[in-house]
Amino acid sequence: MISIENYILLTIISPLLVCILTPFLSNNIFLRDTIGPVGGVFSSWGAIEITRSVLNGEQPTIEIFEIAEGLTISFNISPLGAIFGIVASFLWVFAAIYSVGYMRGKKEKNQTRFFAFYAAAIHAALCIAYSGNLLTLFIFYEILTFSTYPLITHKQDEVAKKSGRIYMTILVGSSILFLLPAIIWVWVTTGTLEMSQNGILSGKLDPKYAPYLLMMFVFGIGKAALIPLHSWLPAAMVAPTPVSALLHAVAVVKAGVFTMLIILTNVFGIQYLADTGSSKWLIGLACITLISTSIIAIYKDDLKARLAYSTISQLSYITLGGALASSYAAQGAALHIVTHAAGKITLFFVAGAIYVGANISKISELNGQGKSMPFIFLAFFIASLSIIGVPPMGGSWSKLFLMMGAVESDYLFVIIVLCISTIMNVYYLMEIPARAFFTKKIKNIDVKIPNLMIIPTMITCLFTIILFFYIEPFKNLTLLMVGK
Amino acid sequence: MIDIFINNLPILIVTVPLMMSLFVVLVTNSYLSFLLTLATTFITFLIAILLYQEVQSYSSISYALGNWLPPLGIEYIIDHVSIIPIIIISGIGFLATLFAYKIMPSELSDSSISKTYGLWLLAISGLIGLVTTGDAFNLFVFLEISSLASVALVAMGAKQDRQALIAAYNYLIIGAVGATFYVIGVGLIYAITGTLNLADITSKLALMEDNRALIAGFGFMVVGIMVKAAVFPLHIWLPRAYAYAPSAVSILLAATATKASLYILARILFSVFLPSENIVSFTLTYIILPLSVFAMFGGTIMAIYEKDIKRLLAHSSIAQIGYITLAFSIGTKSSVAAGFIHMSNHALIKGGLFMAITSISYYIQKRVTIENLSGLGKAMPITFCCFIICSLSLAGLPLTAGFISKLYLIKSAISSEGLWLSFMILFSSALSLIYLWKMIETLWLSPLNKKDIKIKEKPVIYSSLLLITFLNIYFGLDASLIVNSSFNASNLLLGINK
Amino acid sequence: MITSAMGIWNYWIVFILMMIGLFIVIGRKNLLKKIVGLTIFQTSVFLLYITLGKITGGTAPILTENSSTIYSNPLPHVLILTAIVVGVATTALALALVVRINSIYGSIEEDDISAHDLIDYHDQNNTLKKSILQNSK
Repeated sequence: MISIENYILLTIISPLLVCILTPFLSNNIFLRDTIGPVGGVFSSWGAIEITRSVLNGEQPTIEIFEIAEGLTISFNISPLGAIFGIVASFLWVFAAIYSVGYMRGKKEKNQTRFFAFYAAAIHAALCIAYSGNLLTLFIFYEILTFSTYPLITHKQDEVAKKSGRIYMTILVGSSILFLLPAIIWVWVTTGTLEMSQNGILSGKLDPKYAPYLLMMFVFGIGKAALIPLHSWLPAAMVAPTPVSALLHAVAVVKAGVFTMLIILTNVFGIQYLADTGSSKWLIGLACITLISTSIIAIYKDDLKARLAYSTISQLSYITLGGALASSYAAQGAALHIVTHAAGKITLFFVAGAIYVGANISKISELNGQGKSMPFIFLAFFIASLSIIGVPPMGGSWSKLFLMMGAVESDYLFVIIVLCISTIMNVYYLMEIPARAFFTKKIKNIDVKIPNLMIIPTMITCLFTIILFFYIEPFKNLTLLMVGK
Repeated sequence: MIDIFINNLPILIVTVPLMMSLFVVLVTNSYLSFLLTLATTFITFLIAILLYQEVQSYSSISYALGNWLPPLGIEYIIDHVSIIPIIIISGIGFLATLFAYKIMPSELSDSSISKTYGLWLLAISGLIGLVTTGDAFNLFVFLEISSLASVALVAMGAKQDRQALIAAYNYLIIGAVGATFYVIGVGLIYAITGTLNLADITSKLALMEDNRALIAGFGFMVVGIMVKAAVFPLHIWLPRAYAYAPSAVSILLAATATKASLYILARILFSVFLPSENIVSFTLTYIILPLSVFAMFGGTIMAIYEKDIKRLLAHSSIAQIGYITLAFSIGTKSSVAAGFIHMSNHALIKGGLFMAITSISYYIQKRVTIENLSGLGKAMPITFCCFIICSLSLAGLPLTAGFISKLYLIKSAISSEGLWLSFMILFSSALSLIYLWKMIETLWLSPLNKKDIKIKEKPVIYSSLLLITFLNIYFGLDASLIVNSSFNASNLLLGINK
Repeated sequence: MITSAMGIWNYWIVFILMMIGLFIVIGRKNLLKKIVGLTIFQTSVFLLYITLGKITGGTAPILTENSSTIYSNPLPHVLILTAIVVGVATTALALALVVRINSIYGSIEEDDISAHDLIDYHDQNNTLKKSILQNSK
C-alpha cells in the first residue's frame, strides 16, 4: 500500500525525473521519446489517487523542507489543486505523445532540450497545483516562467528572441513587481503564508485595503492574461505547437488562473470578498477582457493567434467566476479549468496537425481542405462546440454554473456579457470547419499527418464529450472547494 | 600549546595573512607563491570558522592587543556582528585564490605574480583587521592598509589595459580623502570623549548632550566610511577600479572590499553613536535613505546602458550596495538583519558573476563586452549555467540566495515604511533583470563566432565557479544559517531597546 | 570677539589648510598637483590633532621627579606619527602611479588622459585608430 504522501511525490517527481533523464538518453531516441508519456502515466496515476483521497474528505499534506524559520516548501492538496493537478498530468500523457509526432514530423533541431524543458514546465505546473503555501506557489510560478523560456525561443531566431523578451518582461516583471510584495504583505498582516479553506485575511486586513491587495495580486499574476497583461500569450505562439497546446492552453495559463482562483478563495475567501465587495472592479476588468479579446480573435487570420486570443477570453471566464464571489460562480470557474483545457488542447492539436500535415497556418488558406483531413476537422468542430458550451459537450456545465453564479450574486449584466461572448465564440470558431467543409478547394496539397498526432487529438476530443456525462467527480471536488 | 593558539585566534586571523604577505613577496617562483597564498587563505578561513564557533558559545570575544587592557590598549572584538564580514572576507578570499590559479598567469607577467599575491594577502589582512578592531584609530590604519593594497592591485591591471592606472589613481585619491575625513571625525570625537575605544566612546557619549563637535565628528566619520563603502554618490571610484583591475582582483574586491566598510558604517551608526539617537535617525531617514534609493536606480540604469560587462557588474554593485544601505536606513531590527543577509548573499552573487565573466574572458582572450558574448552559451555550457544562476540570484528570483535577501528586505520595508519603499526595491530589481537578460539572451540566442567553437572548458577554471554557484543555490534552499546569524547580529547591534 | 577668534588661531589655520588642500584635490586637473593638494589636506589634519593635544602651559610629556608638572597629551602625537607614515605611503604610491601614467599616456593632465580613454572605450575593436595614435606619440 502506497501512502498518500508518496502519491504526491510520485505525481510531482515523475516529470522531474523525465526532465533529468532526457538529456542522458539523447543517443537513444526511442527511449527518450517514450519516457515522456510513461512519466505522464505515472504522474496521472498519482494524481488520480490523490483526487480519490481528497474526495474522501482528506487533505493530504507533505512538507519537503524548511528554508528558514516560517518559510517552508510544502505541498497541501486543496480540492481545486486536485482538479488542476489531474488536468495537467492527464493531458501531459497525450501532449507528450503528440509532441513526439510533431517534432519528428517537423524535423526540429534540439529535440532533447525541448523534451527536457517540456517536462520541467509540467513539473512546475503540478507543484503549483499542489502547493501548500504562498511561498511554494510563488517559487514554482517563477520556475514555470523560466522553464518555458527555452521552449518559446526554441527556434532561436530574431522573432523568437523578440517574443521571448515580451514573455519574460510581462510575466517576470509583473510577478516581481506585484505578486511578491502582495504575498509579503499577506505574510506581514497575517503572520503566515499557509492558505486555508475559508481564507486567511478575514479579521486581519482592514477591508478598505482589500481592493488594493487584490489589485496587486491580479496584476501580479500575469499568467492569467487579464487585459493589460495579455500580450505575452499571442507572443508565445512562436513556440512549436505542442508548447502552445499543453503550456499555453493548459499548464501555464491554467497555472495563472489557478493561482488567481486559489488566491480569491483560499487567501481572501469567498465570504470575505462578498462581504467587503472588494472584487467588484475585477468583474468589470474580466468582462472587458472577455469581450475585447473575442473581438480581436475574430480579426485574426493566423489560426494559432486566433486560438490564443480565444484562450485569453476563456481565461477571463475563470477570473470572472472567482470575482463574482458566490459559490456557484466559483464552482463554474473551477469546472471551466477542466472543460476548457480539454477543448482548447484539442483545438491546438488540430492547428499543429494542419501545420505539420499541410503546412497551413492561415485560416484563409483552409478553404476546402476538410475532405483531405476529415477527422482532424471533425475533432476541431466537436471541441469548438465544447468551448462554445453546447450540450452534450463538457463546456456546457461550466457556462451553466457561471451563469447561475451571476444570478446568485445579482450581476445580471454578466449573463448578457456571457451570451454576447458565446455568440462571438460561434463566429470565430465555427468559421474554420465551415471553410474547410463547405467552400471550394483553392489548392491541392499532399496531406501527411503522423499517426502520433492524430491519435492524441482524437482522444482529447473524446474527452470533451465524456466530460459532459462524467462531470460528477469534478463537481464533487468543486463542492468541497466551496465548502458545501 | 593549543590553548595559546585558541586564545590568540582574534589576532592570528589578522597577522597570519599580514606576515605571509611579506613572505610571499620574496618568493620568486610564481607557482610556489600561489600555493603559499592558497594555504594562507585556507588557514585564515579555518581560523574564521573556529572563531565562528567560539562566538556561538561566548557571544563576544574581546582580545587585548599586547595585554594592554581596553580602553587604553587596542581591543579586538569578535562578536555576532563582526564574524559575518570576517567569514565573508576569508571565505571569498579563499575561493578567489583558488580561482586565480590559472587566471593570474594569463593576465600578469610571471615576475609580478608573487608581488600581486603579496598585495592580495595584504588586502585580505587589512580588510579583516578593519572589521575586528575595536579602536577608532587602529581602524583608520587598517582602512589604509587595505585600500593601499587594493590600489596597487588595481594598478596591476595596467598590463591588460592602461586605464587601470587611472582607475587606481582615482581610487587612491578619493580613498585617501575619505580616510582623511574619517580621521578628522575621529579627532573631533576624541576631543570631546578623550578615548579611542569604540565601546568606550559609546559610554562617554551617553553622558553628554548633542553638541556641535559631536555632530561634526559624526558627519566626518560617516562620510569618510561612505566613500570607502561606495555609497552613492561617493561611488565614482568604484566602476573603473573594478572594471580595469586584473580579473582575479575584481572578484576579490567586488565581493569583499565594500562589505567591510559597510559593516563599519553599520557599527558607527547603530552601535558607536547609539546614545545620540536624534542625529543618527536624522541621518538615516533624510540622508542615507534617499541616497540608497538613488543608488538603486542610478546603478541599475547605468548598468543597463553599459556595454563592457565588468563595468556593468560594477555599476550593479553600486545598486546592490544601495539595497544594503537602504536596509540599514530603515533602522529596525529586521531590516538591519536583512542588510546583513544581503551583505553575505551579495558577496556570493557578485563573486560568482565576476568569476563567470572572468572565465569567459579567459577562454575568448578578449575583454568581455555584450557583443563578444554572442552565442557563447553553446560553447561553454557549464560557465553559462553558473552565470544564469548567479544572475537570477542577483535579480532575486526564488530558490537562490538573492531571493532570501529580497524577501527579508521587503518584509522589513513593508512592516515599517509601507508599500512605496518595497515597490522601489522591486522596481529596481525588475530593472536589473533587463541588463541581466540582455547578457543571457546574447549568450543563448545569438550566433556563435566561428573561432570560439573550439573552446573547451577546463575543470581548473570552473571548479571554484561551480562551488560558489552551488553556495548560491544552497543558501537559497537552506537559509537558516545566514538568516539566524544576521538576526543575531542585528539583535546585538541594536540592543534590546528597538 | 577678536581675542576669542585669535585664541583658536590654530584651528583657523587647520581650517584654511584643509580647504586649500581639498580644493586643489578637486579643482586641479594635473595629477601631480592633486597629490600636493592631498598632502596639504592630510597635513592640516595632523595639525588638528597636535592642537587638540596641546595644553596651555604644558610641557613635553616626559616623566620627571616633579609629578605636578603639566604636560601636553602625548596620545595625539603618537597617532599622528602613525598617520604621517600612512600619508607617506599614500604619497609614494600616488607618485609611483603618476610616473607610470606619464610613461604610458605621455601626459599627466586629466583632460588629455580622458581623451585617450574615450577613444579606447568607443573603438575597442578599431585597432587602426590605436596604432595611429601610438605612432603619433
